[in-house]
Amino acid sequence: MATGLVLVSHSPEIASGTAELVRQMAGDVEVRAVGGDPDGALGTDPDRIGNAIEEIGTDEILIFMDIGSAVLSAEAVIEMLDEGLRERVHLVDAPFVEGAFAAGVVASAGADARECMEAARQARTEPKLH
Amino acid sequence: MAAAVEEHRQELTRLDSKIGDGDHGTNMHRGFQAALERLETDAPSTPSDVLKAVSMALISKVGGAAGPLYGTAFLRASSALSGKEEPDASDAVEAMEAALAGIKQRGKAEVGDKTMVDALEPAVEAARKEAGSSGDVGRVLRAAAEAAAQGAESTVPLAARRGRASYLGQRAAGHKDPGAASMHLLLDAAALALEA
Repeated sequence: MATGLVLVSHSPEIASGTAELVRQMAGDVEVRAVGGDPDGALGTDPDRIGNAIEEIGTDEILIFMDIGSAVLSAEAVIEMLDEGLRERVHLVDAPFVEGAFAAGVVASAGADARECMEAARQARTEPKLH
Repeated sequence: MAAAVEEHRQELTRLDSKIGDGDHGTNMHRGFQAALERLETDAPSTPSDVLKAVSMALISKVGGAAGPLYGTAFLRASSALSGKEEPDASDAVEAMEAALAGIKQRGKAEVGDKTMVDALEPAVEAARKEAGSSGDVGRVLRAAAEAAAQGAESTVPLAARRGRASYLGQRAAGHKDPGAASMHLLLDAAALALEA
């Protein structure tokens, strides 16, 4: 049950930088970075989000989104997917960097989508200063 | 609609620079130019197919929150008009109701949140009322456009509760919402097209 990650940010650098971070710590996990609008400027690009979901090829697919229209775009894309694929796609309610990182690490250990999403959600409440 | 967006592109961007990130005019222009190109290439024949082609262009080309919101609105309106070759006034109302429901579902906004819903919801109400009395599509859209203008105006004193402007709190008050302004523009363009 491989779980893959699609990272949707307004910024190409945030998406690719976060993907790099996840790959560094969770080497075996499939990660796709989708940053920027159709021209590569700041924004979101539903076409590329849809392509990434269709191409990733894992059993389950987790979508991480940064802010505002990244969420709206991802939701609109999912609404238009074929039903079979849609059931394997999950939007994750978690901080972008920390959530993707936690989910990636757990996914690389073979966790299913539910366990990865739980790890990502916990990243929201994990204190940084002790 | 593409022409209206082009004509008012700078105004939309100016409104968006007050409380948003200053790209609403540019984004909408890019989206509607893509919609025009798609309509020329695909040459859809039914109203439903035209709305669907516009929806796909907006979703894929707008880049900001307006893309998925307007894209969803046009897609739902397209579904509502499916199989209707010559939509009558009640079909037009149904299409607008479907668009409104789509936007509210996607954006989770209600009237008073300082969004495009503040223009569209009164527009749908006015359209429904006009369809009940006159039954003429052109007059239904004109009534909707006029209500949308007032609705857009009503966003001026509000503090935003959705989108980038919601981070501004009371600082967003005093400016018209760019999404409500573009919603009014689109309805006005639709009404003009039928009056021509």
